[in-house]
Amino acid sequence: MPTESASGRIDLAIIPGFLITVFFLAIFAAAKSPDPGMVLQAWTLAACIAATGAWYLVTYADGTPADERGPYMNDVVKAGVIASMFWGIAGMLVGLIIALQLSFPDLFYFPDLPWTNFGRMRPLHTSAVIFAFGGNVLIATSFYVVQRTCRARLFGGSLAWFVFWGYNTFIVLAGTGYLEGVTQSREYAEPEWYADLWLTAVWVSYLVVFLGTIMKRQEPHIYVANWFYLAFIVTIALLHVVNNLAMPVSWLETKSFSLFSGVQDALTQWWYGHNAVGFFLTAGFLGIMYYFIPKRANRPIYSYRLSIIHFWTLIFIYIWAGPHHLLYTALPEWAQTLGMTFSVILWMPSWGGMINGLMTLSGAWDKLRTDPVLRMIVVSVAFYGMATFEGPVMSVKTVNALSHYTNWTIGHVHSGALGWVGYVSFGAIYCLVPWLWKKQRLYSNALVEWHFWISTLGIVLYITSMWVAGIMQGLMWRAYNDFGFLEYSFVEGVQAMHPYYIIRALGGALYLTGALIMVYNLWRTAGDRTPSLADAPERPLLALVPEPALAVRAAS
Amino acid sequence: MNRHEIIEKNSILMLIGILIVVAIGGAVEIAPLFWVNGTVEAVDGMRPYTPLELKGRDIYVREGCYVCHSQMIRSLRDEVERYGHYSLAAESMYDHPFQWGSERTGPDLARVGGKYSDEWQRAHLADPRSVVPESIMPPYRFLELTPLDYRDIQEQLKASRSVGVPYTHADVANAKQDLEAQADPNSDGAEGMQKRYPKAQARDFDGNPKQITEADALIAYLQMLGTLVDFKTYHASAPENRR
Repeated sequence: MPTESASGRIDLAIIPGFLITVFFLAIFAAAKSPDPGMVLQAWTLAACIAATGAWYLVTYADGTPADERGPYMNDVVKAGVIASMFWGIAGMLVGLIIALQLSFPDLFYFPDLPWTNFGRMRPLHTSAVIFAFGGNVLIATSFYVVQRTCRARLFGGSLAWFVFWGYNTFIVLAGTGYLEGVTQSREYAEPEWYADLWLTAVWVSYLVVFLGTIMKRQEPHIYVANWFYLAFIVTIALLHVVNNLAMPVSWLETKSFSLFSGVQDALTQWWYGHNAVGFFLTAGFLGIMYYFIPKRANRPIYSYRLSIIHFWTLIFIYIWAGPHHLLYTALPEWAQTLGMTFSVILWMPSWGGMINGLMTLSGAWDKLRTDPVLRMIVVSVAFYGMATFEGPVMSVKTVNALSHYTNWTIGHVHSGALGWVGYVSFGAIYCLVPWLWKKQRLYSNALVEWHFWISTLGIVLYITSMWVAGIMQGLMWRAYNDFGFLEYSFVEGVQAMHPYYIIRALGGALYLTGALIMVYNLWRTAGDRTPSLADAPERPLLALVPEPALAVRAAS
Repeated sequence: MNRHEIIEKNSILMLIGILIVVAIGGAVEIAPLFWVNGTVEAVDGMRPYTPLELKGRDIYVREGCYVCHSQMIRSLRDEVERYGHYSLAAESMYDHPFQWGSERTGPDLARVGGKYSDEWQRAHLADPRSVVPESIMPPYRFLELTPLDYRDIQEQLKASRSVGVPYTHADVANAKQDLEAQADPNSDGAEGMQKRYPKAQARDFDGNPKQITEADALIAYLQMLGTLVDFKTYHASAPENRR
């Protein structure tokens, strides 16, 4: 089919050149390194690059593929959707396993298999769900949204594919590294220096594709969803580079020492860590909210003004909130107070965004009864509101004195992760699969209902058990007896957690079950043999996406 | 609001606007920590890790101990009574990266040094439930079976020095010897090690004199945690420590 010549394309010179260079560096490292961890990592990288190279060869052997000549590149979005679901299931499964380890240590620990221990598996779980699942959802949806709202094909030709393959190579490097014990112990930034360098190259490419597409747009305005995606991409680049500054022990070893130490290092890490939440898990997914809710509900965004205020205040205030992870520690008091203050203020822009999302349903509330996909997205925004209220409460010093270090934090994180990030992603993917695979509808709305209710029950079990567990833990640690001594030893607190850990594992299992139902539903949808929309022209999506000008009229 | 159109129609302006807006908070909060006096108090007793402790710390990081154990005692009454003096910034000044942690699935370890015997640590690491039946910690028996790989110890000290840990040339030159001397105090290098790392605890930590294992390194690290600062000479209310 492809006829157009692919020769003379810059991207097809630079990307393979880059891949070949890194491939040989990896082979060199694998051959020369005295560090067994590095040898494994280098072979893994080489294998991933070989797979990417093979894909490039097959795809571009006969010239430019049809997908890159159409109005929009869809195949890379499809690949992102598939990768999202794959990593989502993998990450949730690892989460369930480590939850069971804490519930039944004698059953789920294997003394002869160091790589199965909790300490190595937990980073695997967090990275898999945040960066592998969430990251692929963000890349896929942003590529989809930016093309439609700019009425332009992705910029950079195959560069978008490099972003996809490169990002997933990073995920594989990171995940296999954790199991081998390769980590720099910075939470949510555990991968070592070479993986960080690789991700930097990928992330810059991502920015080039995204910004390049915006720059060649056919629309006068940049659509609001793209503001959020852009802020997410730019800020994550900044956070990633600064937080990972480190000196490798040698160029042939995995181990590195971070540039900063102690208190400065702690604040740098939590400036990163909190804003990984703020920009990766919030701003990026708000981009999804700002496209998929109006699109699915077929209503314009509630308020254009609120979008502007929401956007700028959110990104300005979020970045200050990091010190609330370090209250009552050796961090100077002024920084703690500043962090707490901005965390409380952060409640306002967060709820501004929630209101803008929810109120977009004005005049279409009835759809919540009939469209389980829209309901899932709307419930995600409700969870967003809940988690962004709980967060400021927990950042108040007196509350934090109780909640910090306890399972309350785990519960808080999961109400955001399962309720907000998970549901908004599932909702977007339920929308995308029929659109991308050109099907009339999902295979089964009833299965979406099952998914929704089973996983909602799972979330409720998860977060309520962790609330109870966390508050109990905090109270036990500070309880005094009548003689003025501490009432409980530490391990009594561990013992008290047992039933709640089991309930939490059950909640996680339900959530995973829901996701498996979703995979089945999507599989059947994509494989549906009934007459498809394959030959129908791309639907007039722009008419359905409220343009800013339209929203201005609605607001004024 | 209409003026927002200018930004909305210019992607580069928007990019620059975002960069400026997100740079402010971090710059105001983080940058001063590097130059405000008193961010890290001056204390007696802090010294860089011995080579063996540094290797132990590597294992602590590798196994993800920080995932469940904090090393940061907050300035709250119950924490000070349970774990000891609240942690000082100075106590992690040589930690690249810091190990303050964020969860206490297990207890804080900032001052675990000296609280338990080597033998207890060994038994507990190998099979936590053999000494604490209610524990949910993973077993780490492989540590005492795995010989410590310290071929790169000099490079480690050099890399640490390049990010600001004050290892001297003598520290680097003698790193291997110092590591072996700490695990075997009867060896020739013991005296030099004690001179370079005052009050370093030197003994056969894993109870197996035949080889230096990963358990030697990890227990050496754990037994040192929180023991360096001399709290007899530290006064929290001294002017230089008030912040």
